[in-house]
Amino acid sequence: MTEPIAQIWVYLAASPLLGLTLTLLAYQTAFALFQRSGQHPLANPVMIAVAILAIFLWLTGTAYETYFAGAQFVHFMLGPATVALAVPLYTQFRRVSSLLTPILAGLLAGSLTAIVSAVLVGRLFGASASTQLSLAPKSVTTPIAMGIAERIGGLPSLTAVLVIFTGVLGAISARHIFDAIKVHDPAIRGFALGVASHGIGTARALQVNEQSGAFAALAMGLNGLLTALLLPLISQWLVR
Amino acid sequence: MITALSTLLLCQLIGETLTRWLMLPLPGPVLGMLLLFLWLSLRGGPGDALRQGSQHVLQHLSLLFVPAGTGIVLHLHRVGDEWLPLLLSLLISTVLTLVVTATVMRLCQRHPAEPQA
Repeated sequence: MTEPIAQIWVYLAASPLLGLTLTLLAYQTAFALFQRSGQHPLANPVMIAVAILAIFLWLTGTAYETYFAGAQFVHFMLGPATVALAVPLYTQFRRVSSLLTPILAGLLAGSLTAIVSAVLVGRLFGASASTQLSLAPKSVTTPIAMGIAERIGGLPSLTAVLVIFTGVLGAISARHIFDAIKVHDPAIRGFALGVASHGIGTARALQVNEQSGAFAALAMGLNGLLTALLLPLISQWLVR
Repeated sequence: MITALSTLLLCQLIGETLTRWLMLPLPGPVLGMLLLFLWLSLRGGPGDALRQGSQHVLQHLSLLFVPAGTGIVLHLHRVGDEWLPLLLSLLISTVLTLVVTATVMRLCQRHPAEPQA
């Protein structure tokens, strides 16, 4: 590098501009690939964008904290976006109230399955106690999951990553699983995806159909609430 | 867009304030979602501005998870050491949760209540 370029880099690396721009560019690239693949779930835009950014940070030796100083503006929008989910929820509410019993039963079963199976499978294959605690809230949307992880003694930033990958895995696999077990109702497909894979599942469901999206949003909110209440009560018995 | 954004932020702000004040176990944005939902129910639906604004925000919901996901660079060591339990746990648990939730919902829909759709 010549001297002026190095100086420009020093400036850019210290300003939020770079992290923000890179996040948007990486996502745009990832989204273009996703479109070109015919919206194939394996070409999940979150996964590709994260891979691009991780490789960039590694190649340039940039610290995550430096990157996040810019990316936090995108991260911040998770809050208002969560609030915005009230709108599809409202437009689908008639269907929601007609499915009240299945919703509550599915929520309870799904929420417990997500917590217990994540911890037990991790434990069975030798995950440490702090990793098990970080895995426990993995089906819940990022801000809630991080808060829960902190309260029960996991690592909030590890939980955030596990949450994202859970979301991506659900978004990738849901269509095939629902087809295999012959579940075709868009409301049930959406709700189950929201319980298992929170906001990323919801984003995927919204791409497929508005009713699925609304049910996924509802499931995400309810599962966040239920897990926040349940997990601190059962984590001591589960994790070893 | 401004109307929509200020509505969303206001709901979040009230949500964050209430959860802290009342020490509720749920995060501010989720309470904000419930509050906006109640407000829409009272008003009989969102106006055009809010409908379009929220559609814009939700269209690229996936983008908003990218910064947190990139946090994986902080945990490369642990992921390297414990990749097998992590991978199997996420994979098995996610698939099981999808299957259990969908199956339970379908069973409850078919037997006790009369399905409408």
